[in-house]
Amino acid sequence: MKILVIAEHRGGKFKKGALECIAQATRLGGEVVALVIGGPDAKAGAASLGKQGAARVLAATADWLERFNGDAYARIAADVVKAEKPDAVLLAATLDGKDVAPRLAAHLDVGYAPDCTKVEAEGGRLKLVRPLYAGKAYATVKLNSSPQLVSIRPNSYPLLEQEKGDAAVSDVALSISAADVRSKVVEVEAAKTEKADLSEAEIIVSGGRGLKGPENFPLLEEFAKEIGATVGASRAVVDAGWRPHGDQVGQTGKTVAPNLYFAIGISGAIQHLAGMSTSKVIVAVNKDADAPIFKVASYGIVGDLFEVVPKMTEEVRKLKKG
Amino acid sequence: MRIVVCLKPVPDTAARIKVHKDGTRVDPEGVKFVLGPYDARTIAKAIELRGAAGGGNEVVAISAGAASGEAEAKKRIKDALALGADRGVFIADPTPENRDPLATAKALAAAIKGLDGFDLVFCGRQAVDDQALSVGPMLATLLGVPCVTDAVGMEVQGSTARVRRAAEGRTEVVEVQLPAVITGQRDLADEQYPKLKEILAAGKKPIADFKFDWPATPAYHVVSLSPPPEPIAGKIVGKGPEAVPELFKLLQSEAKVLTF
Repeated sequence: MKILVIAEHRGGKFKKGALECIAQATRLGGEVVALVIGGPDAKAGAASLGKQGAARVLAATADWLERFNGDAYARIAADVVKAEKPDAVLLAATLDGKDVAPRLAAHLDVGYAPDCTKVEAEGGRLKLVRPLYAGKAYATVKLNSSPQLVSIRPNSYPLLEQEKGDAAVSDVALSISAADVRSKVVEVEAAKTEKADLSEAEIIVSGGRGLKGPENFPLLEEFAKEIGATVGASRAVVDAGWRPHGDQVGQTGKTVAPNLYFAIGISGAIQHLAGMSTSKVIVAVNKDADAPIFKVASYGIVGDLFEVVPKMTEEVRKLKKG
Repeated sequence: MRIVVCLKPVPDTAARIKVHKDGTRVDPEGVKFVLGPYDARTIAKAIELRGAAGGGNEVVAISAGAASGEAEAKKRIKDALALGADRGVFIADPTPENRDPLATAKALAAAIKGLDGFDLVFCGRQAVDDQALSVGPMLATLLGVPCVTDAVGMEVQGSTARVRRAAEGRTEVVEVQLPAVITGQRDLADEQYPKLKEILAAGKKPIADFKFDWPATPAYHVVSLSPPPEPIAGKIVGKGPEAVPELFKLLQSEAKVLTF
């Protein structure tokens, strides 16, 4: 099977989800080719994609591609797919990935399976599993098209245990120019934190109504900073305006699958559980021992979060010191 | 200005989802369907951008298929009409279960192309059932127009829209030439609630049927649908702050999820 991975990056730094796609493509066997689209700086680290098993890297770079543009990226990717003729195209199911992939599916007129948590080979084709209804049901999916276009949920697959060597990087001639694109990013406001995005975070600390008010979120932020986590929120606190919509974890917010998820003062409404139940380890802190969150939590502490969370921050500090 | 709003009836997010006994689809029995939370926002934004109706200014609400059935889909179109949309279009789908989003986008594109021009098409950023986030960008590509996803705010000046896109780790301001497809986040507009008079008036607004030849063999095929794996029974580590050291011991040595 020949697999093309569209490797997402920000300013030349590759997203973990992109590396995971290449690693899983390598495990599936066959030839793995990576495609990097972006500004000239995207090329600098491109050879390193070989470490996860890319046999070669194609770089489609130009000054005007420095800022993300789903329209342009999809058109460039479509041209590369037509030239390379892979059996499958993989990319990370980040927000930008989910913006590009559907356009690419429409350009190529192929089937697209979004946000898959399992990508396996079966009889020379891909067998895919994707959670629906934010994890309330799991669909096993096959695509009757060539190539098979799949986005993989970040944190679904590990990187290779044994890294390989660098790959050769070659340039792709661009068939479109800035003038062909009818949308343009004219301004970018960077987020205030340097933390990982929710969809890619390895550790998430989410707060719910138990926090009692937006003024108490610094308590969570301090713990999150100490343990290296991204802060999320339940729908109740987002609806109350305590936190921005982008922070919301749940069926009407973001679906996440971190290695470690802390649900702090979150009772565990079904729509929240739907968005985080694929987390590998779930820790719940809630004063109500009957809260539904304890049914899905790997570990629970029954207690007042205003006493428990500061103690957790202190404990992490202590453990980090050794 | 003609603005199209694409709608999908979705199960209430509080609904318990059961897999149908045929093992390939969700059992709609007993599930309450509602207008998607994102769709409700895009309708509100569309009405705001249209201003007064008439003189070529209109909002058209379109829905294609829907596993909930035709009656349910038309109810959701009526929701949009009650909120101020001027007319509806319904595209019937004889086999809507696990419908390939690309096929849905093709159906919507065909109906929109039959409209004698459009300036804007809105879709919710996602449907809260299959969460593919696909139909909007696919539709734009099929219509040959640009698309901005995850819009949290926008204004239109002449033939250009300035859209704020909530990307990950950043917010982008995107200038896009109309016509265009915009997918809306919940911050795009405040949800509106129709008055009784508007609900009654919606009954008199027209809903046209649009016929589409759905592809017989869609590229996206659901082999089986299953309930989620049972959560692994967890344990209560203890009560209050005294339990914290034990919790971290377990996270380190049993769960092995800490790197320190």
